[in-house]
Amino acid sequence: MSRSNEQLQRYALAVLSHLILIAAWHFFVVYGKVPKVVMPTPYDTLQALVTPNYRWFENIAATAIEIFGGFLIAAIFGILCALLFSWFRWLEMFAMPLLVSLNMIPKVALGPLMIVWFKYGIWPNTLMAFAICFFPIVLTTARGLREVEPDLLDLVRTLRGSRWQLFTKIQLPGALPYIFSGMKVAAILAVAGAIVGEFLGSERGLGYLMLQVQVTLDTAAMFMAVILITLLGGILYGIVLGLERYFVVKDARIR
Amino acid sequence: MSEAFIHLDGVKKIYRTRGEEFLAVSEATFDVEQGELVSLVGPSGCGKTTLLKILAGLHGFDAGTVRIGSKAQPFNPARDIGMVFQQPLLLKWRRIIENVMLPTEILGIPYDVARKRAYELLDLVGLKGHEEKYPYELSGGMQQRASIARSLVHDPKLVLMDEPFGALDALTREKMNLELLRIWGESKKTIIFVTHGITEAVFLGSRVVVLTAGPAKMADNFEVDIPFPRTLDVRNTEKFGEYTRRIYRLLGME
Repeated sequence: MSRSNEQLQRYALAVLSHLILIAAWHFFVVYGKVPKVVMPTPYDTLQALVTPNYRWFENIAATAIEIFGGFLIAAIFGILCALLFSWFRWLEMFAMPLLVSLNMIPKVALGPLMIVWFKYGIWPNTLMAFAICFFPIVLTTARGLREVEPDLLDLVRTLRGSRWQLFTKIQLPGALPYIFSGMKVAAILAVAGAIVGEFLGSERGLGYLMLQVQVTLDTAAMFMAVILITLLGGILYGIVLGLERYFVVKDARIR
Repeated sequence: MSEAFIHLDGVKKIYRTRGEEFLAVSEATFDVEQGELVSLVGPSGCGKTTLLKILAGLHGFDAGTVRIGSKAQPFNPARDIGMVFQQPLLLKWRRIIENVMLPTEILGIPYDVARKRAYELLDLVGLKGHEEKYPYELSGGMQQRASIARSLVHDPKLVLMDEPFGALDALTREKMNLELLRIWGESKKTIIFVTHGITEAVFLGSRVVVLTAGPAKMADNFEVDIPFPRTLDVRNTEKFGEYTRRIYRLLGME
């Protein structure tokens, strides 16, 4: 009872802080007499949604595909790579230093190249989101799979346990918290990757829309686009968080 | 006289790192009978953990003989070793009962049999009612009890303990000493107990093997002639004092 009460209180406070921000924004614009082209009110921003010729739905869908698609491909390939590294040590010694070097490349700098290679569109932007997500996932997963207590390893060895048993019973569940922390970082980066891709060149997406309305100084639409991008990122982050709660709940409570 | 359950003769182990040699164990010669609780005591660097790992089959050695089991006392190294470490090392995503059952899963012991045995053992180590909890819900001492239950669940003939109470506070440690004697009495296992606590070694051991460091060497091996069951009071007896003094002298601390 008291625990659920406390939780309710926490949610209430969280919602309250967001509402206060929106109210502060509103009053700042209204009483500060801020011109609409500099900063619209929250209501003006919402109004931008009903401007029909902006094709919000199509643009949201394009950006969502880039973010979620890039993230998903990165998660699958990242975890797979890390698994292969943990199974084949020589592969890790061979490829890991290379990955670390490649990770040094500012992925955003690859944008113009991607356009040369793949032209405009959803695909190069997805690839950009992927490129930016891949490294944190593969690096943290590989690290998590490496972190096995040597004594536990001994315990399994004295029982003549197989490598597969070690992997499924100890290594993988032990690595899950690492995998999820990598994915949480990646979820935030995916959004940045997709949007930068759209800025550099595209014909659809919320980032593309922002560049279009910038010309006409429709600041309200730009605000709306930023909010929608944030929401997309929030949804992805929420999904990862939900999966983490489901799979590592017993772990999370230790904190 | 029949063959001893465990027989070590002149066991020597050298670690080689970057061209340098480090003598980890030498002249380790002693026998352990089935059902004994043998304390391996000595300062850090005396090779007691190395010796334990040799017995567990995890390390090779450079000279000497190690034999566990005999015709009369069969021993299967894949199934007959239980291990307890300084840290409980419970898997934090598993409930206590599932943690205790880990060795049975690896060995492929049927689930129902394993679960029943795990329940019995948790009762034996004093964790009845905590079966469905997660490790973080238990204190350090209780976690170590669970790890003792885990070491017994596949019914091994030999249990190797590497400073299992070293990370506990002094009071809990004394309590666990008494508990271990009780568990040992009821399970009738052969236990080899590594410690750097001299009092602990004498209090627990039916036999004490003393190892010294620099260079690592086995220095003594004697039976502790204090009857079981023992209570904490035996530590105040004259005989107990003689045993501890004997060890202190060997370690050059008198």
